[in-house]
Amino acid sequence: MSSQSLVEIRDVNFAYDNRPVLKGINMSFNKGKVIAIMGGSGCGKTTLFRLIGGALKPTKGEITIDGQVMHELDQQGLYEMRRKMGVLFQFGALFTDMSVFDNVAFQMREHTDLPEEVIHDLVMMKLHAVGLRGTHNLMPAELSGGMARRVALARTVALDPMLILYDEPFAGLDPISLSVVGQLLRKLNDALGATSVVVTHDVQESLKIVDYIYFVSDGVIVAEGTPDEIRASGKSFVHQFVHGEMDGPVPFHFPGGDYRQDLGVSA
Amino acid sequence: MPIAKSLRTIGHRVINAVWRIGFAARFFVMTLFYSGTSFRRFRLIVKEMFSSGVMSLIIILVAGMFVGMVLGLQGYETLKRYGSESALGSLVALSLVRELGPVLAALLFASRAGSAMTAEIGLMKATEQIAAMEMMAVNPVARVVAPRFWAGVISMPLLAAMFSAMGVFGGYVVGVVVIGVDEGSFWSQMQSSVDFQHDVLNGVIKSLVFGLAVTAIALFEGYDAPPTAEGVSGATTRTVVESSLAILMLDFILTAFMFQGA
Repeated sequence: MSSQSLVEIRDVNFAYDNRPVLKGINMSFNKGKVIAIMGGSGCGKTTLFRLIGGALKPTKGEITIDGQVMHELDQQGLYEMRRKMGVLFQFGALFTDMSVFDNVAFQMREHTDLPEEVIHDLVMMKLHAVGLRGTHNLMPAELSGGMARRVALARTVALDPMLILYDEPFAGLDPISLSVVGQLLRKLNDALGATSVVVTHDVQESLKIVDYIYFVSDGVIVAEGTPDEIRASGKSFVHQFVHGEMDGPVPFHFPGGDYRQDLGVSA
Repeated sequence: MPIAKSLRTIGHRVINAVWRIGFAARFFVMTLFYSGTSFRRFRLIVKEMFSSGVMSLIIILVAGMFVGMVLGLQGYETLKRYGSESALGSLVALSLVRELGPVLAALLFASRAGSAMTAEIGLMKATEQIAAMEMMAVNPVARVVAPRFWAGVISMPLLAAMFSAMGVFGGYVVGVVVIGVDEGSFWSQMQSSVDFQHDVLNGVIKSLVFGLAVTAIALFEGYDAPPTAEGVSGATTRTVVESSLAILMLDFILTAFMFQGA
């Protein structure tokens, strides 16, 4: 592992029952960078996300974070590692029975002995950073989708994590919210000196904010590079994905039987 | 081969059922194991007692009142045949404290609070709140399940006591105020026939056991619910059905041990 690298993924394989999902994945995430993992639905990127978070164990290979092999950690070790990580879920996953303030304060209360006055100030600073200080008394149900995602972002960085994982942070957002979340993601990463991993299929927004991109298809890395390299890539998969084309190596049709037979028409 | 297919289906279901029972047992042990946090931060239990206990008060009090009133009416009609109307207080109190209070309060608790617990935890799972908690290095069994479990276990005997007290009041209103049974004999008969240890304490033990069973079922069903709308709705239904059957079955077993020949 290089001194610059925070996360190393070496020859990772993973299968659900006997169905292989990831086949020999190798990645390296350098400190301070924002990395995107992209691919179509069902390509294995969410599985990879869960493997990095320690929610799954690889069937082969290993994932090292800050020098520690994730699948060798016991529950206590895993929890200690997770305290240094922040995870933003697809739709925020805010605790619906708590106010915005309590959501952001949650980890501070669970993992620190900070006095309530200090927690109050820290929560206000985190909410201010995402532009939602004025919502601290609201419940999650009173927020719009974009606002909920920003509150979740404030909660994710509550303990200034060294590694931040984002699962589809742009899904279901309007263009303004999408751009705001994208910019926040980049600014927070730089301000905290953290490393961010964004699992997404939103190409255009990601190309604006990330430092490096991995494309995953059918469980293997099919392309990787900086945003400029990706834009200039001549690879057919990357071209189809970046330009959202119907024709290309990713088939439109799910594999099925003979069409004429399904329609009951004899050959 | 239809026979082979049927056997395979049966085998598959049996294995699933055994696996589920095993998971439920492990879940229950984990809940007890991770209960320390709940008692160290007792306000977590108090918060849940508000949603499961206090919010169930209205239905418990209203139901208790009506059950007591019905007991007063029916009891008076029966006792009158033997000229023992004065024993109405004993009949109402014993029926409620020994049997109807714990059982009916538990059935109502299962329908109102048990189903709500299942739906809440099932939805927390479906909206990734449980997964988020795990990723924040917070054990969801310790933080979400255990406080609800102990809140249910503590609330249930209190609710059963409220149900019985309200029932006695309902019996008094119908028996003494409406029908005109002598007030002195209503209360004195009740006082002399109800034994604290044999009747009241056994009723409390029953409601504790029911509370434990209902809450454990409700929490397990919520935690094990598939994270879909259909999954949560199915789990909620199972909570009410399984809890109701468990209450009635446990009631028979406990009654057989507590009141045999008494």
